[in-house]
Order: sequence, then C-alpha cells, then structure tokens
Amino acid sequence: MSAPRDALLEVAGLRKHFPTKAGLLARGAKVLAVDGVSFWVREGETLGLVGESGCGKSTTGKLILRLIEPTEGQVLWRGRRIDRLSRADMRPVRRELQAVFQDPYSSLNPRMRAVDIVAEPIRNYESLPVAAVRARAADLFERVGLRADQLTKYPYEFSGGQRQRLGIARALAVGPRLIVCDEPVSALDVSVQAQVINLLMDLQAEMNLSYLFVAHDLAVVEHISHRVAVMYLGKIVEIAPKREIFARPQHPYTEALLEAVPVPDPAIRKQRRVLEGDVPSPIAPPSGCRFHTRCPYVEERCKREEPPLQEISPGQWVACHLRQAVV
Amino acid sequence: MTPLLQVTGLETRFFTRDGVVRAVDGVSFSTEAGETLAIVGESGCGKSVTSLSILRLIASPPGRIVGGKVLFEGRDLLTLSEDEMRAVRGDAISMIFQEPMTSLNPALTIGRQIAEGLVLHRGLSQQDALARAAEMLRKVRMPEPERRLRQYPHELSGGMRQRVMIAMALVCGPRLLIADEPTTALDVTIQAQILELMRELARETGAAIILITHDLGVVAEMAQRVVVMYGGRKVEEAPVEALFAHPRHPYTAGLLGSMPRLGDSLREGALKRLVEIPGMVPSLSEAQSGCLFAPRCPNALSRCTQETPSLVAHGTGHFAACWNPIA
Repeated sequence: MSAPRDALLEVAGLRKHFPTKAGLLARGAKVLAVDGVSFWVREGETLGLVGESGCGKSTTGKLILRLIEPTEGQVLWRGRRIDRLSRADMRPVRRELQAVFQDPYSSLNPRMRAVDIVAEPIRNYESLPVAAVRARAADLFERVGLRADQLTKYPYEFSGGQRQRLGIARALAVGPRLIVCDEPVSALDVSVQAQVINLLMDLQAEMNLSYLFVAHDLAVVEHISHRVAVMYLGKIVEIAPKREIFARPQHPYTEALLEAVPVPDPAIRKQRRVLEGDVPSPIAPPSGCRFHTRCPYVEERCKREEPPLQEISPGQWVACHLRQAVV
Repeated sequence: MTPLLQVTGLETRFFTRDGVVRAVDGVSFSTEAGETLAIVGESGCGKSVTSLSILRLIASPPGRIVGGKVLFEGRDLLTLSEDEMRAVRGDAISMIFQEPMTSLNPALTIGRQIAEGLVLHRGLSQQDALARAAEMLRKVRMPEPERRLRQYPHELSGGMRQRVMIAMALVCGPRLLIADEPTTALDVTIQAQILELMRELARETGAAIILITHDLGVVAEMAQRVVVMYGGRKVEEAPVEALFAHPRHPYTAGLLGSMPRLGDSLREGALKRLVEIPGMVPSLSEAQSGCLFAPRCPNALSRCTQETPSLVAHGTGHFAACWNPIA
C-alpha cells in the first residue's frame, strides 16, 4: 500500500501500545490501542475513520496530531516524516494540520474571550498589528456563521453548536490544509448537527480542505466522507471509497456495523441479524483475525492466521481470509 | 377501554436562582398495555423530566410538579403518599436509565441488586430471590448467569450492565416500563442487541413501554406511537407510520430532514446539503406566549408569536400544535 503522490497525510504501520496499570497478574500487559494502521488522505479529500468505542480511531487522530507519541510506525506530512520532529520543527506543520474536537467546551479556554481564542494562533504565527488580527478574527467569525457582536463573549455564553463553530474558527485561523475532526458533531442535537456538517462541507468546497473525520455515526460519516476506513480492535479491517463501503461492504464487520444501524423508516422495520457478544479486550485480542470471535462466517484458518489488508478491487482494501482479490 | 397510563396537563417547573424553568408545560398523553410509545425531542425539550415526573423522581428543590394528573390504572400517582409511591416504583412501573454504571450500586453484587425488588415487593427470601435473579439474567441472555450474580457492576461491559438494568426492571413483572435513552451510551452493534431484547421481552410480558429518545432511527424500529416534544410542550403526536410518512408540525419535519440517513448520499442526484433548522432550542426560563418554535420555523405566520397553538387532529390519532401545519 503506497501513498499516491498527492497525499497530504500518510500514516504507515502506526502502533500505540499503552502499558496497563501495574496489577499483580497483569504485569507488563499492554493495551494494543492502535496496532499497525496505514492510510493516507489526499488534498481536498475527507477520509472517514469509523469503528466502535475502543477500536483506536481517536488514538489514531491523536497520534497524527502528536498529542501522544507512537510506539512504532510513521506519520508523513507532504511526504516528510513528522513523528520524530522536535517542537520547533513541528511548528510549521502544526499551522497546516489542525484539530476540532468533540466537546468544544473542554477544548476552549473558558477564561478567554472568543476573539482571543481565534486570535491566539494568528499571533503565534504572524506578527500583525492588533487591528489586523481583530479584522481576521471578525472575518473568521463571519465565515463560520457567528455574529460580530459575539467576539467579546466567553465560551460559556455560546450554545453547543456555536461553541463548535468557534472551535472550527480557531482551527481555520492560520490557514490549515487538513483538519483532524474527532467526533465533531456527536455532542450536538440533530438539528444543530446538520448546521455544523453543512458548514464543514462548505468550508471544504471553498478552501479545498482535507479532513480526517473520526466518528462513530455511520450515517454522518457516509454523508461527509469520500473514502472510509473501518477499524476494529486497533486495526483497519476495510478501507475503500464510500460507495464501496456503504453499498458493497466486503468485510463481515463492516457488514455487521451497517446492519446494526436503526433505519429511520418504520415501513422497512427490518429483521436483522444481530452480531453477538461484546468487543474483546484490546489487552488480549483474539488470535488470527481479531473479529473471528464474533464473525458469522468464521472458518478454522481465521482463528490461526491474521488476514493481511489486501486490495480486492481498485481502491478497496479488505483484511479477510474469505475475500480474495478477484484478478 | 381505559388506558394503562393517562397523563393530563402535566406541569413540572424548576425554581432556580435565575428564574423559573418551565421544563414540562402542560403535556398530555396516554399509553395502553402492550404498546411502545416513544417520546422524542432534543436536549432540554422536557422528555426526561416528563418520565421522571411520572415516577415522582424530580429532585425537590429545585423541581416541583405544579399541575396535572398522572393516572396509572385509574389511580392518580401525584396524590399518593411517599410510601405508596415506593410500592409502585420497581413493581408496577419500573425504569431503565441511559447510563447503567451510574444507576447500579457499585458496592453490591449484581445478584443482590436484582433480588432487592423481589425481597422488597414480593417478600421473597434472599435465597429464592437470588434463584429468580439468575432466571432473569438467563432471560436477558446474559452469558454465564450464575457467575454474574456474584460479580460487581465494574466487572461487566456496558452492554452487559444494560442487560442487568433490564433484568432489574423486569424482575417484578411491571405493567409499565419507562426506558430513558436506554441505548444512547452503547455502541451500535450492542444497541442492536439491546433493542432486540427489549422488543422480545415486551412481546412476552405484554408490558407497555415508554421509550424516551432523541434517535429517530430507534423510534422507527421500536414504537407504535410517537409524541414529539419541543420546549417542554407536546407539538405532535401520531402513529409511527404517519409521523414518518407525513409529519404535520414543521419541527418534526425539520428533525426528520436534518438527519443524514444511510444510503442517501449514494443516490444519483442526492442533495449535498442537509436540511438545517436555523437557530437553537429556546430557553424555558420565562413564560412565553405563542409557539416556541416560531423563531426557527419556515412556516411561521405573525399569529404564531402571539397565540399558543392548541393540538388539532389530522387523521386518526394524529395531532399537531401548529397554526400553519404542513399540508
């Protein structure tokens, strides 16, 4: 799997193993939160990263942003490794690589006025007169749909949706090329969620932004993404253009995830096949294919051998013994 | 036939330092045995306060039920003494909450917690109650039920804890089960398991279910009838098919339209933008005349901000509180 030349961001063989708290029996045990993940994101593209809690999707986002350091593997920005860069060398990269988080309330400084929250990154990167910084902040406010009279307000004076707009304005302040969005709409009410999704898509169209969109809501991910990667227990089980993922899923886990989503139409109340059991612990993941304990199609070989991620049709990669390349 | 539960003109207010919050403002609905009634709405619409008011679980102060009737099997629960009310809770009416971890006692074994209701309401011995508890765990398809009896909540996964909650709620054979966002904290594959379980048990026991949720997908899969709440008031009520096929209140239509659906963006000529409901949910801290949705409503007339609309019938069992409903 090698990245195309126009890839902005590439992740190769990324691993993050957290030590567990020292217990008497579990000494030396590790949580294999992210266990060998590779993908790329092109200019102007949205890659959705989905999976259930504990699958490692958020950890992957944090590793890319270098909020935590990887155990192994590489993160490349415009083809250059950034996973070992010093703080100083990381500075120009951070300008282009920004983040929007789930809970804007805990990611915005409550003691700063909105204008300063947006202006801070501008001041960090550019020496501009005060009036110019203020004008830029006002522009950003307009762009994300906030009113100029809200510039002097504090985060608690904003509603949830407006706070997320403020978080987006801050991320946009220094002209990013890619934004890692970690569950940016999952704390919002449906009616407001639609506002923020539309805003993100408008901004992408205007500025040719790229998004790594980490979320658990499959309908939202389908709506906003161009390609989608599905994670299970620290690994990508399938990555493909969204049409393939949602119309022709190939991995049994992708299939099961889609099957489990309630359909908002009482006329097609479906008799679904429910996936049994819980997600196993990432401390001692199952041997072979990690999904084999819950897979309805499991075979002997799945319990022993780990299936590699293989390209079975152009752009569609699947890690499953039962899905072979149709060459 | 008299309904199992009939709520009339329920008014619950919170008396805070910043003023009086009209959390539930004259809500009426009823439900019959064997039926699942969904109450939907966004955060702050009063759906949870409504359900807590039925069981008189509103913290006082600051909350108080200031008006209305809650007739359950002909008796007004609002006039019962605290002792009489305690005999109802967990017996004839029981409740499941969103977060099983905070509603289970961390210091008691699973067995003790399920058995408690039987000892309290049925006068069973601890031993007989524990045997019944094991049976109940088998019924909610808990793996290794005997072992679970001796375990503590922290030893179980989220899905298993929700199964314990359901076992606790059903052990005394309630006639009414109130489920407040029972699957919101769960992953989608586990949600599918729990919804299936609830459907099955409801069929088996003939209990009525009041399902409080913000998720229209869950509503479509579970409910026969739906009440839509906005700003502490009921704005629409309908059989589930009618509500999804032909919503009359612009708020209901907005909610349905703002929600991305699986498969929608794959269609030829699919709309790129989600329908937005502009603005945000109203503050309920002052008495307001007119329709509370008017400031966000695309159909609003001048009358809407002055006169509160009353519920008008639009077909069998279909009501909407709107001066200018969708035709």
